[in-house]
Amino acid sequence: MTTKKLNIQEFLDQDQKKDLLRLLTAGSVDDGKSTLIGRLMADSKMLYEDQLEALHRDSKRIGHAGEEIDYALLLDGLKAEREQGITIDVAYRYFSTAKRKFIIADTPGHEQYTRNMITGGSTANLAIILIDARHGVITQTKRHTYLANLLGIKHIVVAINKMDLADYKQERFEEIKADYKAFVTQLDIPDVNFIPLSALKGDNVVEKGDNMDWYHGPCLLEFLENVHVSSDRNFDDLRFPVQYVLRPDIKFRGFSTSVASGIIKKGDEVMVLPSMKKSKVEKIVTYEGELDYAFPPQSVTVTLEDEIDISRGDMLVHPDNLPRVERQFEAMLVWMDETDMNLSTQFYIKQANNNTKARIDEIKYKVDVNTLEKSNIEKFKLNEIGRVVITTTKPLFFDPYKKNKQTGSFILIDPVTHNTCAVGMIIDKLGSNSLPSRITDVDKAKIAKGEPLVKAEEYIQKYNQKGETIWITGLHGSGKNELAFSLEKKLFDNGATVVLIDGSSVRSGLSRELDFSPADRAENLRRVAHICKMLNDQGIITIASYISRNESLREQVAEIIGKDRFHMFYMDADLDYCKNNKPELYKLVEEGKTTGLPGADLEYEAPTNAKLVFKPEQNEENLDAILDYLAQNKVFPNH
Amino acid sequence: MDNYSLTNLRELEAEAIHIIREVAAEFENPVMLYSIGKDSSVMVRLAEKAFYPGKVPFPLMHIDSKWKFQEMIDFRDTYAKEKGWDLIVHHNKEGFESGVGPFTHGSKVHTDIMKTQALLGGLNKYKFDAAFGGARRDEEKSRAKERIFSFRDKFHQWDPKNQRPELWNIYNSRVQKGESIRVFPISNWTELDIWQYIRLENIPIVPLYYAKERPVVNMDGSLILVDDERMPKELRDKAEMRKVRFRTLGCYPLTGAIESEADTIEKIVEEMMTVTVSERTTRVIDFDQEASMEQKKREGYF
Ligand SMILES: Nc1nc2c(ncn2[C@@H]2O[C@H](COP(=O)(O)OP(=O)(O)O)[C@@H](O)[C@H]2O)c(=O)[nH]1
Ligand SMILES: [Mg+2]
Repeated sequence: MTTKKLNIQEFLDQDQKKDLLRLLTAGSVDDGKSTLIGRLMADSKMLYEDQLEALHRDSKRIGHAGEEIDYALLLDGLKAEREQGITIDVAYRYFSTAKRKFIIADTPGHEQYTRNMITGGSTANLAIILIDARHGVITQTKRHTYLANLLGIKHIVVAINKMDLADYKQERFEEIKADYKAFVTQLDIPDVNFIPLSALKGDNVVEKGDNMDWYHGPCLLEFLENVHVSSDRNFDDLRFPVQYVLRPDIKFRGFSTSVASGIIKKGDEVMVLPSMKKSKVEKIVTYEGELDYAFPPQSVTVTLEDEIDISRGDMLVHPDNLPRVERQFEAMLVWMDETDMNLSTQFYIKQANNNTKARIDEIKYKVDVNTLEKSNIEKFKLNEIGRVVITTTKPLFFDPYKKNKQTGSFILIDPVTHNTCAVGMIIDKLGSNSLPSRITDVDKAKIAKGEPLVKAEEYIQKYNQKGETIWITGLHGSGKNELAFSLEKKLFDNGATVVLIDGSSVRSGLSRELDFSPADRAENLRRVAHICKMLNDQGIITIASYISRNESLREQVAEIIGKDRFHMFYMDADLDYCKNNKPELYKLVEEGKTTGLPGADLEYEAPTNAKLVFKPEQNEENLDAILDYLAQNKVFPNH
Repeated sequence: MDNYSLTNLRELEAEAIHIIREVAAEFENPVMLYSIGKDSSVMVRLAEKAFYPGKVPFPLMHIDSKWKFQEMIDFRDTYAKEKGWDLIVHHNKEGFESGVGPFTHGSKVHTDIMKTQALLGGLNKYKFDAAFGGARRDEEKSRAKERIFSFRDKFHQWDPKNQRPELWNIYNSRVQKGESIRVFPISNWTELDIWQYIRLENIPIVPLYYAKERPVVNMDGSLILVDDERMPKELRDKAEMRKVRFRTLGCYPLTGAIESEADTIEKIVEEMMTVTVSERTTRVIDFDQEASMEQKKREGYF
């Protein structure tokens, strides 16, 4: 590596432009972590200083060629700390080269230090995972990789160290590389690199050396200097979580924070969460002057064109790109406290400058960080990791951690000790049917019991109707659909609020995966019934025309919707009429190409308790009869 | 795309501003400890930036050991006035009245009474629940593992074995009454970063950092400035003029100067990169007693 000699002025001007890379180092005891970091720091310092002309005049430094310094001694290594009984923790180390400044989070490797590694890795752009060439991929390697993946670290360098003890053999390198690759494909790390090196002798650390001519990639420092990390930030989704409301005088009202993600521009239309109010960005203010735009992680202050009530924890976003606004989510949680988790604790939660309270509703599973196996547990102990469901007291504005580290991460604080007892990363998916049944507060309990916040009477008042269901049963081709469509039109024209649950729409969307077997037909009806129920609950009249071939099915549908708001009509057409009207399906059955069509190869049980019975030929009269019926029963109009 | 990336200094600056605002938002009664040194000067500038166009919403507090260099005091008073800082100057009254000083009591007693005890007294007097400090992790071993939000119990003690996990940029600011947090917004800055920033931002610093002919006395290998009459006469008589500067500023009898020609920031950096002695070795305090910085920090000193 040759560097141009600079005078101090040039040196500083160039130095000022370098960027910052935060990295995590992980390895087992004696893999050579201290030696590697020591060498990186010492050798890069020499390179760095070499740039300065002055240094060459008084070169009182020791040359570094050929000498074997114990680089591990340059650090007050964790090993030393352990021997002296001093705290083992995350230690931060700093070094610079002409291109970059590096911050190394140096953490111990044992399983009992998982939380230290998590702490050190949370802000890292890159992880160096050390492997001793003699031992290859071991359990610890897998654990470290899993944790790096959990933290969303996108770049991994697998440093295969002590190559000198493996005779610098390419086969050994390739073998370890293949082992690691087999394991890492289960995870989701976009950028994995392998470098064979000897931390002790220096091969491929700062300079290539000539022991491994078969390796054509960059040496470690060169790689670290050039890896592109700025695009790892999310520049797409504007999240401006207000940290501080700046109000020096009555004229100025600014909202300050470090931009979490996305770009905020002067003139942008923004929406404020949770109020949903909209305004425009008037100015982006900084000490240096106004900006046209700001991006993460800049710390800025914005003012808006309109006077809107905004406080700390609120979030400015673009109206067409909202985060999730919810009180419940699933997350991967790491338990960091010496004391075991107590599921009845109401924790403080801090997320995106928001403070509220939270409960852990349910532990889905625990992950064994060594084998990646999942298991059920009752509560977490120190260093345990797993998936949980969390409910908060007020809604949070968040994104999945994978998409957005800034809005997808949170900490839980013990309400008594005030320790940070757990940290979490929000998961992308929220399986609605897998949500827990435990209720965490009054509002939710009410909703779960089916007690809406808008009363049934209020809907009746508003729509002048009762939200009930008109269910038309009959054979395929009986003309029930025609009746349903014209009924919808008639009711709509008369001012009713009505929704037709059209069979073919349901089949092509909501029930796409179902076929026409009796079981799937029943499942389809169950779904339709639930839609009707929901709409009826909101005061809306629904019309559904489905074969619903026997009493038991119709009974179940009525039960879901509610018997007193289920109005069944029967389209009584004889089979010949139906076959004539819609011959295609009947023909297929006759040709043996399909089965399970009621009336054809399956029995259709005509209802005995229909409110009205129609003949298909008399469409107009049928409609009038229904309207009369609805009016009499005060379904529509209500008054 | 690349105009969406920040330089090292701007990224560190953004991080520090975030930390400073977080404290202002979450604590009832924060204070910024102001030592008049270069790190403090940078920290104060960052605070001014954080609340611009408003004023810094918390006071600065200088713990005056009464043995600071006179130039430091002059500098402090000039800038406090010029910038309109809300500045508290606190000292240990009992210690001062009973005449505690390094020449008479030795550096250990002096440091304990006039610095550590004075600091604790000031924090207790005003019941501050958060105190900013300008310490950096690259300065010294025990700092390398200290949190940015560093929890202190009611006795202001640090327990290195029991630190709160600190992830992402989410800081835990929960304390009980009497407990507090020391906050280090420039934790991730190195000495070079500080000098670069001072240069970039034109931040005024105490002239003692620049080399100049000054009267100094060689005391056991440390060059001590003759700053006032309190230095015993027999020592003062040995003074000679040398071109010196200070790499770090504290109590004048406890802070050794180095011989230097560096009278600009550029020259200081150049000198810094060629001299490998760590910054704090010119502070006599570190040689004077066996106890490590970790021990002192446990006791409540920074
Ligand atoms: N032969 C050889 N020994 C190494 C290498 N790297 C480290 N070591 C030795 O391995 C031992 C453990 O190294 P150290 O850096 O303390 O490991 P740590 O526990 O991971 O920090 C020391 O004796 C080192 O000298 C290497 O590349 N080759
Ligand atoms: Mg080590």
